[in-house]
Amino acid sequence: MAFARSRQALAIAGVLGLALGVTACGTGNDKKSGNASKPECAPYAKYQGHDGKKVTIYSSIRDIEADRLDQSWKQFEDCTGIDIDHEGSGEFEAQLGVRVDGGNAPDLAFIPQPGLLKRFVDSGKIKEVGADTKAMAEQNFTPDWLKYSTVNGKLYGVPLGSNVKSYVWYSPKTFKEKGWTVPTTWDELISLSDKIAASGTKPWCAGIESGDATGWPATDWIEDVLLRTQGVEVYDQWTTHGIPFNDPKVADAVDKAGTILKNEKYMNGGFGGVKSIATTSFQEAGTPITTGKCAMHRQASFYANQWPQGTKVAEDGDVFAFYFPAVDPAKGKPVLGAGEFVSAFADRPEVQAVQTYLASGEYVNSRAKIGDWLSANKKLDINNVPNPVDKLSVQILQDPKTEFRFDGSDLMPAAVGAGTFWKGMVDWINGKDTTTVLNGIESSWK
Amino acid sequence: MEFDFAAEQPKFLMLMYGLIAFVAVVGGLLLLLDVVPTWFARRREERLVAAVASGAPLPRRRKPREGAIAIFFLLPTLLFLAVGLVVPAIRTTLLSFMDKDSSNWVGLANYAWMFSEDSIVRVLINSLIWVLLVPLVATAFGLIYAVLVDKARFESVAKSLIFLPMAISFVGAAIIWKFVYAYRGDGDQIGLLNQIVVSLGGEPKQWLLESPLNTLLLIVIMIWIQAGFAMVVLSAAIKAIPADIVEAARLDGVSPWQMFWQITMPSIRPAVIVVVVTLSIATLKVFDIVRTATNGNYDTSVIANEMYNQAFRYGEPGQGSALAVFLFVLVIPIVIYQIRNLRQQREG
Repeated sequence: MAFARSRQALAIAGVLGLALGVTACGTGNDKKSGNASKPECAPYAKYQGHDGKKVTIYSSIRDIEADRLDQSWKQFEDCTGIDIDHEGSGEFEAQLGVRVDGGNAPDLAFIPQPGLLKRFVDSGKIKEVGADTKAMAEQNFTPDWLKYSTVNGKLYGVPLGSNVKSYVWYSPKTFKEKGWTVPTTWDELISLSDKIAASGTKPWCAGIESGDATGWPATDWIEDVLLRTQGVEVYDQWTTHGIPFNDPKVADAVDKAGTILKNEKYMNGGFGGVKSIATTSFQEAGTPITTGKCAMHRQASFYANQWPQGTKVAEDGDVFAFYFPAVDPAKGKPVLGAGEFVSAFADRPEVQAVQTYLASGEYVNSRAKIGDWLSANKKLDINNVPNPVDKLSVQILQDPKTEFRFDGSDLMPAAVGAGTFWKGMVDWINGKDTTTVLNGIESSWK
Repeated sequence: MEFDFAAEQPKFLMLMYGLIAFVAVVGGLLLLLDVVPTWFARRREERLVAAVASGAPLPRRRKPREGAIAIFFLLPTLLFLAVGLVVPAIRTTLLSFMDKDSSNWVGLANYAWMFSEDSIVRVLINSLIWVLLVPLVATAFGLIYAVLVDKARFESVAKSLIFLPMAISFVGAAIIWKFVYAYRGDGDQIGLLNQIVVSLGGEPKQWLLESPLNTLLLIVIMIWIQAGFAMVVLSAAIKAIPADIVEAARLDGVSPWQMFWQITMPSIRPAVIVVVVTLSIATLKVFDIVRTATNGNYDTSVIANEMYNQAFRYGEPGQGSALAVFLFVLVIPIVIYQIRNLRQQREG
């Protein structure tokens, strides 16, 4: 009996092994070869000579956006013969460290936090960009943008995508019906909020729940308000710990944000009181605008992806965004934004070729055409950006008068920027006072 | 959204590879476990047959071969234990005495930080509440349930009902209960708990925001999962009480109360200890529930969750390792107690 059974098991194992072998043959070794001679491959001539090489990329980009990425460099792969293998992870920030420390670093990573990038530079893991890449980056990006990936005068990454965070989403239709006008100053914003509140609608919507990143949308609020009340110099001091986190100027900004966020009359359309902000997911926070339960939602350009299907995003459509007004327009037009940086953990020639290509005008235009994406790259042709809010963002980013500042929490050390600051904001929304929260965050910044 | 099978083909292919690889590995292991002892048995059989045929004295069962088989099976385990447990444990302990770059020794600074930082002290207190409440309540609940349904009419159905949550992962359970606790400001409540409160005329609450109530509500999730385990083990122990003892007690005229305390409890004491110890260890390690339900916000964090955050998200491997070592130290006495207990039972 036992013998018969083991024969049976042997047969099963044999069949399985065979199946495994066959499927392995099916996908293995279909080397891509360069088609340098084709006319459409002319722009890729300088990336030639790496036929059959493979470059791995690790990022936080998944699902549809990841498919769009694969699509965006398809022609590059076909023409150069380099096989780009992209892997997206929802745990990117935590897992990147694990992979790098474990000796399993990707060739390239799209790092959205300059603070995290600096950590890997300090531990000697990220390679300085090559000469070609550096030339390409300096040609296509403003020094401001390159500053975020520069450590001790050396460039360790090139900017890729960008977003603009200083937006207030609203419904042009509703505004027209009710006779509300888009505010252009902070005072107008507040009087409009009062007017809407008096009419019985909650003027604002907000939500800061975002899984293990809960709290980040509130940090954007604080950063945006600080830029408006104190200007870019104080903001830069704050993000680099030149002034303490709990400086009175910062406390003022937090309190000013609190006049909206912690105002029971303003908050939180369709979800409940102020405290519901903490448990409302950032994805669904703005959706009551489409049903008229609230009027405004301060969120970045990428929120365009979160509207329910069939919502028309346009200046005369169901939803659109206006610039989060400055307190004193005479003091300039500060804009908060963010983006990711392409950093290399290997310096093989084909890795450098891909890194250079991702900083090029060809790449950003090829990615932008696919949709819902933008970059601060100067070569980006605005006509290639289909989404109207993205168009507006490109205009803002390319406007030389814009005072752009990178998301502060991303610049701070992770323990603060992705730790106590997020947690502190959750506590703040949940009822803790400004001083206690800011003191707590300051004490964690070592 | 339309689902295009052709476009998703690479993902399905990947899924198939995963399944095949899983079957191949697990099947291979099972095969190995089946074939190797059979092969040895057959060799022995052949030798016996040969010995009998030739009329020579039967060969004695040779001990060394048994030892070789034992080592054959033990070696991979020992190797995996070393690679997967011993080395990391030593490394973690070393890291806990180092700074955030894991390059300079800082002595006990990380441990001092653990007990001086308010938010971390809160984490330690939360873990204490967890480890006190979950094993006790889950065991008590399982025990009462096991006694009540014992020899009842629909015993198996009743038992499966409470055992079902065991089949759900911690993450799944946390998501289910997050919906139970969900809150909507106005309009229809989508959360069961708030709907009950509203239909009784109360005001809906944001359950997960209020400390320390929220920690207790998370503990309910763990108890919900683990009570089934306690019930199954204890029920088996109750059934194993010799019938003559129960009968003798009945003849002596004990009340159900006396029966429980004088007969049932002493008889199943070892099983109760096993359940409490197992649940204690599982509770100390609890991570998924907290991470899924609140991510440690609103003062609900526990050691394992904070350890992960510190080490992997905030780039403070020293502080994370210190928390890990502390957790390890907490588990050790429970494990030693368990081992001693098992040994005593075997001897007794």
